[in-house]
Amino acid sequence: MRWWDRLAMKIRMLIGRRDAGVQLDAELRFHLENQVAENRAAGMSAVEARRAALRTFGNPALLRDEARATWTWNWLESLWLDLRYSMRTLRRTPGFTSIAVIVMALGIGANVALFTVVRSVLLKPLPFEDPDRLLMINESHTGDAPNSVAGNMFDEWRKHNRTFERMAVVRSGENQLSGAAGQLPERLNSAMISWQLLSTLGVQPAMGRDFTAADDSPSASGVIIISASLWQRRFGSDPNVVGRTVDLDAKPYTIIGVMPAWFAFPEPSTQLWTAAYHEVPPGTINSYDNHMFNGAVGRLKPGVTAEQAVADVSAISLRIHNQHLDKPFVLGHAYGRPLLERMVGKLKQPLYVLLGATSCLLLIACLNVANLLVARAAARRREMAIRTALGGGWLRLLRERLIESLVVSCVGGAAGLAMAYLLLAWLVSTRQDMARVDSIHIDAVVALFTCGIIVFSALFSGLISAFSASDKQTLGVLQESSRSVSGSGGRAFLRKSLVSVEIGLTVVLLIGAGLLIRSYERLRSTDVGCITDNVLTMRIALPSARYSTPESRANFYDAMLTQVRALPGVEAATFGMLVPGQGYGGDWGFTIPEHPPQPIGQGSTAVMRYADANYFSTLGIPILRGRTFDEGKRLDQADEVVISESLAKTFYPGEDPIGKHLKLADAKPEVIVGVVADTRYLIGEEPRPTQYHALRSGKARNGTLAIRASHDVESFALPAQKIINELDHDLPVSDVLTMDQVIGKSTLNESFNATLLLAFAVLATLLAAVGLFGVLSYVVAQRTTEIGIRMALGAQREQVLRRVLIDGLRPALTGLVFGIACGAAAVRLMRSMLYQTQPLDPVVFAVVAGALFSVAAVACAVPAWRASRLDPMQALRTE
Amino acid sequence: MGKPNDLLQGTLDLLILKTLLPEAKHGWAIAKRIQQMSGEVLQVQQGSLYPALHRLEQQGWIKAKWAESETGRQAKFYALTNAGRKQLEAETANWARLSAAVNLVLDEA
Repeated sequence: MRWWDRLAMKIRMLIGRRDAGVQLDAELRFHLENQVAENRAAGMSAVEARRAALRTFGNPALLRDEARATWTWNWLESLWLDLRYSMRTLRRTPGFTSIAVIVMALGIGANVALFTVVRSVLLKPLPFEDPDRLLMINESHTGDAPNSVAGNMFDEWRKHNRTFERMAVVRSGENQLSGAAGQLPERLNSAMISWQLLSTLGVQPAMGRDFTAADDSPSASGVIIISASLWQRRFGSDPNVVGRTVDLDAKPYTIIGVMPAWFAFPEPSTQLWTAAYHEVPPGTINSYDNHMFNGAVGRLKPGVTAEQAVADVSAISLRIHNQHLDKPFVLGHAYGRPLLERMVGKLKQPLYVLLGATSCLLLIACLNVANLLVARAAARRREMAIRTALGGGWLRLLRERLIESLVVSCVGGAAGLAMAYLLLAWLVSTRQDMARVDSIHIDAVVALFTCGIIVFSALFSGLISAFSASDKQTLGVLQESSRSVSGSGGRAFLRKSLVSVEIGLTVVLLIGAGLLIRSYERLRSTDVGCITDNVLTMRIALPSARYSTPESRANFYDAMLTQVRALPGVEAATFGMLVPGQGYGGDWGFTIPEHPPQPIGQGSTAVMRYADANYFSTLGIPILRGRTFDEGKRLDQADEVVISESLAKTFYPGEDPIGKHLKLADAKPEVIVGVVADTRYLIGEEPRPTQYHALRSGKARNGTLAIRASHDVESFALPAQKIINELDHDLPVSDVLTMDQVIGKSTLNESFNATLLLAFAVLATLLAAVGLFGVLSYVVAQRTTEIGIRMALGAQREQVLRRVLIDGLRPALTGLVFGIACGAAAVRLMRSMLYQTQPLDPVVFAVVAGALFSVAAVACAVPAWRASRLDPMQALRTE
Repeated sequence: MGKPNDLLQGTLDLLILKTLLPEAKHGWAIAKRIQQMSGEVLQVQQGSLYPALHRLEQQGWIKAKWAESETGRQAKFYALTNAGRKQLEAETANWARLSAAVNLVLDEA
């Protein structure tokens, strides 16, 4: 019973404190009255009795305090009083408070946002069952780098491995969806998977069922599983969607399931999943050298390590390779990595660099707030000195200072959290292409992190400002009189060093941003090898159900190109598998009939392209030797091939390739009619040997239409789409972009990182400039009298200006030097993010130094100017 | 009234608990009782009495209740709890031991 009573007492003390105070007063009053009564009974008069009683009572306030001192929860009460006092004083200086809160909000908000991204994308495990047991296995030439996976090789792995519970393959691609209640056909990102994929990952469809082995065969009827967002968008969240039939690539398919909203594999943009063995003809999928799958996903058996599994699978690859030594493209190694790493590995360095940048920004914000708090403390140092002299504990004053900074941090932190939320919403909406972007949201860990950061910032700023005014100077402060002019440079030393550190960190950020920008500029201005101005592109794919013969396809291409070229204003138009800068596509193996056969097990590959005769002239790719395709040759007679310069140099060294032949596997040899200049398949990558085959053979099933005009090329988007629509109503057109936009899309990561880092750096510069301005204004205000005396004694205004300016620029210079030294060390970490840019690029460093110096000069100019404009008489009279 | 003697905090607690043993009392009555029982030697000052009473209450050895006093006014009456009773016994034994020891030392010549 005792502890229960004590608990009740504690609760009563917490909640009914005011009542307890009233009761204490009543109790003491009762005692006093009894004492008065006793005195009167002893014979004193009323007045004397009361006076005598009060005398024995002593100091009632002290008595009350001593009684209250025994109560529990006293520490909470004094904390609460301190809090209310801090908020009152902060409310009285709205300028200081709002600036401090905004600065904190910026620092904390940026940090929280980026931490959320890092945690959600890099650190949080994948949302599958036991995700650390999942590996992605690829084939490999040497075991060091991944290569796509061939169907038969996957089959061998699946059947003969001893280390995996389950395995499946996946290939990303695109499909055309149409036929649902008069809606327009659209092209969607999709994935072909073997039937075991979802169970390997450990997920189940939210509605309907998973694929079975029966679905995953060529003879099965077509079935698809759709994503939750597709279900909502196109099927209006129809609860009866399972069992509906849709047209996929002009063939009927039944929807058998809908995935849960959080599921995104292999990419956030994947909208539907099809069964691989049903989609791909057996001849293509049952091959060891047609590497069509992005990779195989496997779930490790319990107790098996990743290394064991990769070694196991590698051994199988080697065995198969040795059984097919005559086939050069059967690879002999396997490459395995945890699934999470394969999905987000590329993002690690940029994200950590950005996280470092936001940490710097937070430090700068904290230093700025510390600076402001120091200024505030300096203004109240007399009050502090008096309180110390009256017996106020040093700890109590420190606590007050810390609570003030804690209040600022909390309010700033709350605002920062709101800011981070908005920032993340913007990020998710603009970067849908980023891996795992769907999993970014603020959760409990992030909230905890925010609280931690708030406490850290509060302590950091508070302690710095608390130690700026130690109680050892009490006497000196109390003796300060307006008549004595002491050099107060010492007091501003702390603030100046804070500003130096701020500027140093800002310089580091600026250098990082400068390097990223320079790298991006270099990347963007790289020549892809063709004309990029005023070229419009769009992609179409001819479904094999409606275009099953080469003739039907060739006719379509001919008709489309003729009509597009006839549009007024079109200078040239062409159609090809991909344009330069659009991506790799794939490479195909070939042999050269004129050359001696290669040793068993060796083969040559080159990037594969189909192109129409006007491809090179339209895109401005120079024909170095020979000519382009003969327009007269169609279908079976189209036996010409054009090769790129690097192909000629690599595979036909020292000879003229024109007239020689190039033979793809399972095809007739084709005669080389021309050599064209190299192009880059992706900006930032080195050109690879490329083979262009004639479009008129009708073999290409999809490609890019490119239209060049003298100006305003985007106005041809609608007319071109109309032409295509008239040729085939059910054919959607996708990715309508100008060449510039195509290249912009492929450099999205780099431009995004550079922009973000630049934004942080600019913010930091602003904060540092404001900090410098504040310090110098304060110093000028402190030294007003001194400046007045100097002027009265004959100093010129220009001298005063110069003096103050130098005084302000000195910390800026120290900060600059410190920042350049730190920056030079830090940017080595960014090396792999830079394209053709040295981490110690002198131009960037020079520009940053110059920019910062001018910003500092401007920040110092105003206080310096004000100092030089002082009226000596006014200054001397200043108290 | 003579000068108050110094009372150790612990002994004041002991005295308060002892006076509360027979019945509940308010603060004034406790002070008067101690004064009376000690033969006017010990005069407890308000400055030490009320902090002690509040401390004892917080520790759970006495509990308080507001009731009508003999003069008709409302007063805060303190009563001993069971734990307080046990504490009183323990403290009394302690005091006896302590004072016996001190006496032994003082008796030595």
